Amino acid sequence: MSQVQYPSVLLENAVNEFARLPGIGRKTAMRLALFVLREKQEDVQRFAAALTTLREEIHYCEQCFNLSDASVCSICANARRDHTLVCVVETVRDVMAIENTQQYNGVYHVLGGVISPMDGIGPDDLTIQPLVDKVNSGAVKEVVFALSATMEGDTTNFFIYRKIAEAPVKVTTIARGVAVGDELEYADEITLGRSLVNRQPFDQAM
Amino acid sequence: MYIKHLSLLNYKNLQEAELSFKNGINCLVGKNGAGKTNLLDALYYLSFCKSYFNAIDSQLVRHDQEFFMIQGRYHYQGQEEEIYAGLKKGQKKQFKRNKKEYQRLSEHIGLLPLVLISPGDERLITEGSDQRRKYLDGVLSQFDRWYLTAVLRYNRGLSQRNTLLKSAGRNWSSVAGQFEVWDSLLAQTGLHIFEARTRFITELEPVFQKFHRFISGGGEEVQMVYHSHHQRGALEELLRDSLERDAALGYTTRGIHRDDLELLLDGHPVRKVGSQGQKKTFFLALKLAQFEFLSKHFGYAPILLLDDMFDKLDDERAERLIELVGRPEFEQIFITHTQKERLMEIVQKTGKSYDFFVVNNGEIQPHEETL
Repeated sequence: MSQVQYPSVLLENAVNEFARLPGIGRKTAMRLALFVLREKQEDVQRFAAALTTLREEIHYCEQCFNLSDASVCSICANARRDHTLVCVVETVRDVMAIENTQQYNGVYHVLGGVISPMDGIGPDDLTIQPLVDKVNSGAVKEVVFALSATMEGDTTNFFIYRKIAEAPVKVTTIARGVAVGDELEYADEITLGRSLVNRQPFDQAM
Repeated sequence: MYIKHLSLLNYKNLQEAELSFKNGINCLVGKNGAGKTNLLDALYYLSFCKSYFNAIDSQLVRHDQEFFMIQGRYHYQGQEEEIYAGLKKGQKKQFKRNKKEYQRLSEHIGLLPLVLISPGDERLITEGSDQRRKYLDGVLSQFDRWYLTAVLRYNRGLSQRNTLLKSAGRNWSSVAGQFEVWDSLLAQTGLHIFEARTRFITELEPVFQKFHRFISGGGEEVQMVYHSHHQRGALEELLRDSLERDAALGYTTRGIHRDDLELLLDGHPVRKVGSQGQKKTFFLALKLAQFEFLSKHFGYAPILLLDDMFDKLDDERAERLIELVGRPEFEQIFITHTQKERLMEIVQKTGKSYDFFVVNNGEIQPHEETL
């Protein structure tokens, strides 16, 4: 593909930019660029403006590091939510996933990833220190870990735990087990085994 | 469980074959390089979705051809199962069960248990400890999914720690605090693996000794001794104590990734004192022990492939080996050999039904005298 002759340098530039997006190869980039050419001018301008404003005007919530339009996000600004309950997640996408459950009324803390030396991510690249400060200030009663069940996720949990173990705070982690609506025989052995080890009293499971 | 029929195209040097097999002994005879082992490898491929000898699928396609295809019809728990494996150069390999393609190859592996014993298995004895860990992991993870997950987690954590060690040289102060966390998780996961290996080796040794005694005639004393850093104390402390050295070397020197299984013949390492035939007896017994574990686990006998196993064994050992596989615990067996007459003599003694196939320059024909 690198030898492809483009009829226009402008087109080639646009293709190069599209191809930088995750999951977009050069052929798809070409299709997208040609699509843009067929669009009305004002539609394209609106599209471009949405991208530049996104990048220029987005804020990270100064309390939880969630994406936000203001300096404090709508979740942290909501007085009806329980600010003593903090759920620790990797990314903004996890916040959205948990919000969609409508089961959680606490606030969040977005780490921005997990510790992974192979990806060049150390504790200082994450928002661990602000979390530790928040806990040490005494404003938090419970911290809920909701990170991936990988070696990296567990390491990050453990790293944070050691930093806040002395503080008077309850530390919990989300339960792992059989998915709701799943047939037992189709659950993988690891998950099923873990569900058995961490079984719970029947009257609390309803 | 056994394979009834095999058809293949362009697998290694085999151009085309349509063969029906017995649920007994199937003998492949032919000259060196004729393609006997390649046929065994095709059977291996149908069980494990890969070649035993070559990890690069595209190199399995016959010269100047674009694709290979292997199809096997199995008798499996009273039913027929059709397994299809195909690869077109430059494309993803296809694996189908009864014409339905698998989503993941891991769903297939384990369906058709099979043990291949080949002269290359000598590396279990002569080469580094990684070969023996691979053997342990291979057998253990077929029974124990937890074990496999633990090993994958451990290896991931180990790579992370090693990366951290390598980057530590530049900015020690910023990473020093992270080691305790990785060490603790590695020690925890490693302990599970260590315990599983210990239990398994305790069970394995008598089975291994039983097979070795049988084939060798019983004049030799054999042992397997498990060595692991976990035996020297809490791994977390060992990791902490070796941190300075690890940082200088750039990798982790303590942990279950350095485990070894020492194999002893009359108290000495068989690697050093064993003759070729003694080594062969040793790894034969190891692989037969694996066979017995799989049989027990699955409730039926795996297919057994014996590649050139009678070479270098004295007549007595060869005879006892064939007496062994003549027993009812063994069902379908494939044997390769260069000399038809000697193999014929050997298999007739088992009392099992048998068939002969002549392999010549990539072509396989049923041998007419035995039909």
